[in-house]
Amino acid sequence: MNLLIGSLQLGLLYSIMVMGIYISFRIMNIPDLTTEGSFTFGLAASAMISAAGHPLLAILVSIIAGAGAGMITGILQTKLDIHPVLAGILTMSGIYSVNLLVMHGASNVTLLNSKTIFNMMTGAFPDLPKDAVKLIIPLLAAVIVLLVLTLFFKTSLGLSIRATGDNADMVRASSINVDVVKIIAIGLANACIGLCGGLTAQYQSFADINSGVGILVVGLASVIIGEAFIRSRNMFLCFVSAIVGSIVYRYIIALAMKSPLFPAYMLKLISAVIVTIALALPAARKMSASRRLNAANKADDGGKQDA
Amino acid sequence: MLEIVNAQKAFDRGTPNEHLALDDLSLSVADGEFVTILGSNGAGKSTLFNAICGNFLLDRGHIVLGGKDITFLPEHRRAARIGRLFQDPMKGTAPNLSIEENLALAYSRNTRGMLRIAISRKDRELFRQSLADFGMGLEDRMDTKMGLLSGGQRQAVTLLMSTIVTPDLLLLDEHTAALDPATAEKVMQITNGIVYERHITTLMITHNMSSALTTGTRTIMMDSGAVIFDFGAEQRRSMTVSDLLDMYSEKKKEVFDNDRILLSR
Repeated sequence: MNLLIGSLQLGLLYSIMVMGIYISFRIMNIPDLTTEGSFTFGLAASAMISAAGHPLLAILVSIIAGAGAGMITGILQTKLDIHPVLAGILTMSGIYSVNLLVMHGASNVTLLNSKTIFNMMTGAFPDLPKDAVKLIIPLLAAVIVLLVLTLFFKTSLGLSIRATGDNADMVRASSINVDVVKIIAIGLANACIGLCGGLTAQYQSFADINSGVGILVVGLASVIIGEAFIRSRNMFLCFVSAIVGSIVYRYIIALAMKSPLFPAYMLKLISAVIVTIALALPAARKMSASRRLNAANKADDGGKQDA
Repeated sequence: MLEIVNAQKAFDRGTPNEHLALDDLSLSVADGEFVTILGSNGAGKSTLFNAICGNFLLDRGHIVLGGKDITFLPEHRRAARIGRLFQDPMKGTAPNLSIEENLALAYSRNTRGMLRIAISRKDRELFRQSLADFGMGLEDRMDTKMGLLSGGQRQAVTLLMSTIVTPDLLLLDEHTAALDPATAEKVMQITNGIVYERHITTLMITHNMSSALTTGTRTIMMDSGAVIFDFGAEQRRSMTVSDLLDMYSEKKKEVFDNDRILLSR
């Protein structure tokens, strides 16, 4: 039971980040390493501002922090013409120092004695158990982000973003500034990721400078798992699939961790293997198809020789 | 409408491969004129289109469209007034978006703020009407992914996308060359319909000499980055393809060398 609720909490919490990765990975076609930096940026900013007594403001700032990090990557990609993956790596690397600066040089910050939106809600509704609060807030946040993104992708700008990931030349021919569209898209993706970091800091009541390590792979795994359940061209369902993927991912990980086979430090390896298998599926299918054709051809030739 | 003055562009300048793609080219196209463009391989036809669209900036010269100097305007700003179709039907559309979404994106240049809902009911009705005019049955498939359409269907939709907001200038770069003859005919018919009905100033590159002489209102032939022949409606009327080839050989002292043009005679 604990495992179920815990996975659901984490799944919903991280689904906000997964929706961001859906934008960068699936819509823009870029595995965006900025994620690892922008998540921690949101986390660090949220922790410091919560510690100063403003947990709600902290959430707002974590969104802005993520968006800012993403837009820097976007500018590196477009205006400075740096390879998209390298642009993400540069931002991620540079932002590590910024995060340490935000956290006043400490590698972790605790919020055990600070106001967070979670203990604010517990204070407002004393009857609610703590676990329920930790479920309701991520759920609310995920639903709000889901609705905002769905609405956003119905606008002309949202449509331009989707088209840019598909055929940038065509968007340019429609008199839309592709550079600006890309910068906004990557900014939006990382705004979600920063928000997720901000909520995570308050959810777990601490912030660690290394919280973002490996988070991109977690996000990619969740996106891919989600697509195994729901595949659609409807943007609402696409983002729902990201949420479902995030929750299922947490269950898989929780189950794997529970079995004595996998000690906790195997977490990242398991995630990496899930992503590798999912990404390798098309190639594997092609290989087996060509092998089958080959075998069929050989059988044909054999038949002719016999005759 | 379109005024190109002494346009010059060299590629690979300073290397042994340097060549003049546009050599002091001047061209003046009046409002509503439909010009067909012929030329041998490497004559600079597509380069001329690229220069007009702003894929690169000219080394020298000016381009004036509708009275406004666009020589240094960035590509996407020019695109607001220029529609362009390529030979490759894949180039002009987003394959994973639906027909409707592709049209909406093209239509958005008209409008209305990027944060407005992209497809209103009124837009949808307009798209449906315009597609129905083609007689291809596309109006009932507006939710279909663009990538699932045939080349001819894609080219027809692309044509609608480029003209749904009437452009000042329409550039057609062998847009029927990759299609089978019957489909090419159909797309050409749709093209003529739109161009005449809406009185759009149009340049069309083609490899089909006889249709170049019968389509539109004027024919030019390019060679080595310059215009070598320019025939108005009167001159074209009495002209045959072999007249044209003879004139070319006489002027250039060599045989015309565009395989596809020669094969399609």
